[in-house]
Amino acid sequence: MEKFTTHTGLGVPLRQSNVDTDQIIPAVYLKRITRTGFEDALFSAWRKDPSFILNQAPFNAGSVLVAGPDFGTGSSREHAVWALKDYGFKTVLSSRFADIFRGNSGKQGLLAAELAQDDIELIWKELENAPGTEVTVDLLSKTVVCGNIVAPFEIDDYTRWRLLEGLDDIGLTLQHEEDISAYEATRPAFKPKTLPARLS
Amino acid sequence: MAVAKTLAEKVWDAHVVRKGDGEGANAQPDLLFIDLHLVHEVTSPQAFEGLRLAGRKLRRPDLTIATEDHNTPTLDIDKPIADLTSRTQIQTLRNNCAEFGVRLHSLGDAEQGIVHVVGPQLGLTQPGMTVVCGDSHTSTHGAFGALAMGIGTSEVEHVMATQTLSLKPFKTMAINVEGALRPGVTAKDIILAVIAKIGTGGGQGYVLEYRGSAIRALSMDARMTICNMSIEAGARAGLVAPDQTTYDYMLGRPHAPQGAEWDAAVEYWNTLRTDDDATFDVEVDLDADTLEPFVTWGTNPGQGVSLSSSVPSPEDFGDENAKAAAERALQYMGLTAGTPMKEIRVDTVFLGSCTNSRMEDLRAAADIVRGRQKDPNIRMLVVPGSARVRLEAEAEGLDKVFKDFGAEWRFAGCSMCLGMNPDQLEVGERCASTSNRNFEGRQGKGGRTHLVSPVVAAATAIRGTLSSPSDLDPAPESAAIRTDAT
Repeated sequence: MEKFTTHTGLGVPLRQSNVDTDQIIPAVYLKRITRTGFEDALFSAWRKDPSFILNQAPFNAGSVLVAGPDFGTGSSREHAVWALKDYGFKTVLSSRFADIFRGNSGKQGLLAAELAQDDIELIWKELENAPGTEVTVDLLSKTVVCGNIVAPFEIDDYTRWRLLEGLDDIGLTLQHEEDISAYEATRPAFKPKTLPARLS
Repeated sequence: MAVAKTLAEKVWDAHVVRKGDGEGANAQPDLLFIDLHLVHEVTSPQAFEGLRLAGRKLRRPDLTIATEDHNTPTLDIDKPIADLTSRTQIQTLRNNCAEFGVRLHSLGDAEQGIVHVVGPQLGLTQPGMTVVCGDSHTSTHGAFGALAMGIGTSEVEHVMATQTLSLKPFKTMAINVEGALRPGVTAKDIILAVIAKIGTGGGQGYVLEYRGSAIRALSMDARMTICNMSIEAGARAGLVAPDQTTYDYMLGRPHAPQGAEWDAAVEYWNTLRTDDDATFDVEVDLDADTLEPFVTWGTNPGQGVSLSSSVPSPEDFGDENAKAAAERALQYMGLTAGTPMKEIRVDTVFLGSCTNSRMEDLRAAADIVRGRQKDPNIRMLVVPGSARVRLEAEAEGLDKVFKDFGAEWRFAGCSMCLGMNPDQLEVGERCASTSNRNFEGRQGKGGRTHLVSPVVAAATAIRGTLSSPSDLDPAPESAAIRTDAT
């Protein structure tokens, strides 16, 4: 995973709550077996509407998405994170994220930064009044800067550390392989196994 | 004296491989062992590929099982899948399972079906387990008192490689449902009412425990319906403490413990209760006695009302974001504030999905439609949750009931819940659906979804407008719409 320390990029105000992962990437794009190449799929239904924010310059070149509360609800599809990244987004700001989306973001180096809704509103106004304004999201100081607005954001320390270091989760866990083996040795015999298969 | 714990905390603690270092905000997540990993074709190909690229093995094929569900057609299943990308994805799952030694139930197999229907019916889902799957509706398995969570593809790969997951601590929420459901009111109505009450983000960070006399009275199929939609309230998981109803369901299933192991298991399962003096971070109460059939009017599962009421007005919402969301939802749904819900005419009725496709759901709907005729303008799809459910339903003659009624009797899969296969709505088409998500375009581009229970779906197919069984003339016998455990 690439390290994330700080990012400055064009902000995109997405004034909408409950942006579910079906909107971020509709199910039809989930038939692919690759992990990249989903930029065309991002918000594909909404992008058919010419007035949609990503169809307007300069927002189409944005890399900081500023969304309403409850972003990423619904399906667990990590494709939502892949599509945001493939399009060029490095970070999403919202006052509330769905848990699975937040987890998936952390695994893929997309920073999900949780801000107070009041600060989101201020940033929305700034971006709408001065389209093209850049937003700086600094993970070291956990701060967002947009014009004159300076707002703190929340992220759990473990995810922050992993993002800052660009650490691979599986590699970290396999350092504790002995603990896993020790646990396995204590599992009760009545716990089910899928193999050999027993059928009705 | 031991510290009092909730059920979810007990299951969690029993699976800690390694406590995270540090405390408070600096705490690392705990590393938890995963008892069962369910796999399907959509969220696994990139994870298998990741293993291959890193030269890693699948650690526990014996705790892993796969089935094909999201992409699979529900017609002509003996023919090659027409959609080439779907066919490739299914074939990729077959290749990966063969390469890594994973048990797979393919299309055409008697145990194929929606992954969350297959696990319980094989007896692989048991109380006190940790269950994960690259699918948000994994919460379904919480009905057995398991801690069951949906995960993303990176985590799927992590579980494949390590049989563990790093998990952040959770908060606990009790959902107390006391009283007795009235005839025609079901588990689906309970969970839709819960979501409307706490909102789609209300459960974020929480594991929900459904408790109270109304929950205890429910069958396992009904408890699965409730736990299934925990994710629609934003929760990390939802569960119900195991009891005799759970054990009766489990006994004799292929992978249930047998003989002395059964006794040992039951002894352990009996400890899986929230201690009397344990406290939840939050408690929410719902009155089952007064609950009515519930239905959604908008484009997220929290936008629901009693079926007997009307489409709300954006002005009813104080919060600006909720108001804007309501305006947008009404426009997408083509609805006018103030319209009685029961005057809304639908084009399609979908009975299926991991929420409502089990035997009890099919029986309840069949009891409503038996001997009646479908509204001629309505298309009704009945999609059993698994090939096994389909066989059982046919053994009871339910297929004939639905076909005589004018509905289409299909093969098992996720089908129109998310329209990855050909079962989709047309632009502007309106559907009464027993599934779990009414998002824009979820059931097909431009399609409009009203989430309902199986009995409301059945009554709607008869009348053509959103209807409750009590609207039917003649009214169905109350025994026909029972919802309690039998």
